[in-house]
Amino acid sequence: MLRFIVRRLLQLIPILLGLSVLLFAWLRALPGGPAQAALGERATPEDIARYNDAFGLDQPIIVQYLKFLGRALRLDFGTSSRTGRAVTTEFLERFPGTVELTVFAMIVAIGIGIPVGYLAARRHGSWIDSTSVIGSLLGVAIPVFFLAYMLRLVFAVDLGWLPGSGRQDVRMDATHVTNFYVLDGLLTREWDAAWDALVHLVLPGIALGTIPLAIIVRITRASVLDVVNEDYVRTANAKGLANATVRRRHIIRNALLPVSTTIGLQTGLLLSGAVLTETVFAFGGVGSALREAISNRDYSILQGFILILAVMYVLVNLLVDISYGLLDPRVRVR
Amino acid sequence: MSTAFSAGIRTALAGQAPVLEVEELSVRFTRRGEAGTQAVDGVSFSVAPGETIGLVGESGCGKSVTSLAVMGLLPGRGVQVGGSVRLDGQELVGAGDRTLRKLRGADMAMVFQDPLSSLNPTVTIGVQVTEVLRQHRGMNGKEATEEAADLLDRVGIPDPRRRLGEYPHQLSGGMRQRALIAMSLACSPRLLIADEPTTALDVTIQAQILELLRELVQGSGTALVMITHDLGVVAGLCDRVHVMYAGKIIETAERRDLFARPRHPYTGGLLASVPRLDTPRGTALTPIRGSARDAIPWAQGCAFAPRCDSGQDDCLTEVAGTTVPLEDDGPGRELRCRHPLATAPVAGSPTTSGADR
Repeated sequence: MLRFIVRRLLQLIPILLGLSVLLFAWLRALPGGPAQAALGERATPEDIARYNDAFGLDQPIIVQYLKFLGRALRLDFGTSSRTGRAVTTEFLERFPGTVELTVFAMIVAIGIGIPVGYLAARRHGSWIDSTSVIGSLLGVAIPVFFLAYMLRLVFAVDLGWLPGSGRQDVRMDATHVTNFYVLDGLLTREWDAAWDALVHLVLPGIALGTIPLAIIVRITRASVLDVVNEDYVRTANAKGLANATVRRRHIIRNALLPVSTTIGLQTGLLLSGAVLTETVFAFGGVGSALREAISNRDYSILQGFILILAVMYVLVNLLVDISYGLLDPRVRVR
Repeated sequence: MSTAFSAGIRTALAGQAPVLEVEELSVRFTRRGEAGTQAVDGVSFSVAPGETIGLVGESGCGKSVTSLAVMGLLPGRGVQVGGSVRLDGQELVGAGDRTLRKLRGADMAMVFQDPLSSLNPTVTIGVQVTEVLRQHRGMNGKEATEEAADLLDRVGIPDPRRRLGEYPHQLSGGMRQRALIAMSLACSPRLLIADEPTTALDVTIQAQILELLRELVQGSGTALVMITHDLGVVAGLCDRVHVMYAGKIIETAERRDLFARPRHPYTGGLLASVPRLDTPRGTALTPIRGSARDAIPWAQGCAFAPRCDSGQDDCLTEVAGTTVPLEDDGPGRELRCRHPLATAPVAGSPTTSGADR
């Protein structure tokens, strides 16, 4: 098991090296630059040269890359050209928001997706089944930003039921310890702050959870349909086990194997930042940070964030593989 | 086991009520907008305590569907079950799910064909054995584990305690089938149905499993229904044999009589196609012409007629609905044929040594 984990972590090295080269080249190929973005359209060439000199941007790209690499090994990704703060500091401030949003979205997706997918399969051909199939098709087909705008328009702007922007009410004087706002509220016993942060997650969470929800419904449905016809389910019925036991131990347990892979992949994707959703809801997570960094040509933020997110993605998938082994003894790694 | 002994048991038990009585059982698969398929058509048989019967036939003849219908394991939708199935006098056709679940695993149990796919790959053997004990015998975890180890020991699995914690893929094919048998015997059922229990196993293991089944059933009074296409299995195990073709029983006889003097040309064909040790090397086997797909509807006379060498004009009828009937054919025998075989198709001893066991 340990060897498996170590091997997977070693695989990270070539991935990160390749990614950093691509990132470096791609960012510097973008028109404009941090100086242009920071100093505005009317900056003189002298201003820009001075700016580039100050941030080391006038050096050859190879030198810049090696310097970046050397610092990155010590987990130093430089400072944001926009705010002047360390990239890691920015990340620790932004990432918790994305994690909270991801967790909320995945709870929605899993909590609704698995029961609906199961029901659809067990009532194969019924109206529940066809509704869920059409619904999940719609869920995948609707563009996320459109859904996000509609949710915001209806539930936040028109009806005013739920907040439509930010992570917490700005008037809320909340203490932030970990930057996980819901968690902070609970830790500091500021219940209203925790509740307010949670309520802020609802609309973006639903918008973000739609695609995972639709995918989970489909995979669960297909998987349950497969498992129900397995010989071992017939054996379980032949043993006269109670319906609940057959369902829990023999159907759902096996049907969830492919679903768990999907959940892992989707969680990994959401953690890498929901640029569109976070932008629509002005949600201060990684996604909106990336969008801002691109328009500011904030090289350090982009390089640092994307590399850290790549590590996260690999780690999440590693967790999925490990949990798969726990669920299915046949692929358990020794 | 000597024939005299098994006959003795049956004589002794003759006065007892049968464990299982199947009467005019029919199973029809229907699909919306399509003509239905009659998988089982008016099948009747009964099994006495301690008796072993064989349901024999090619793939698709309806023998497995018959067993699933008896167990109430056919899917609810798209299946019509008619006739009567009585277990110790209790009617099972049309019985509720709750009633059937109480009986299944406790009073009637089943062993399936492919032990690997019949075991849940993600649950330990221990749980799969103990869940029956907990369900039907109300045991707690510890008692059930003890009993499960005993059961595995009884079916000849070495080191049963360790096996309880293992998963199906860690066991060999023979061990898996033994584990399945242990599960089916956990509550000492009155009726055990074994659906081709040896088909997926190596030849050497097949013999062991059959021996195990015979030992376990012998003396316990369990009625055993062996479903098989393998006449070797029948020869070694069954007291009485029902040969099925296209959903109907076409011949019924005591095992010895059947091997010595098959009457239906289909039975004769099955016997002739069994490889024998006493024929010279290089002799080709004699298959039955065509395949089970060539069967015609029974309503046109005899479903086997297109493949039959003894067939004559009156085997087929222009008038629909005049099926060749199943009639008495001497003591203890029934036959559905207008032109039965006069003598055994092959001279000499009926088949390999199995028949004489």
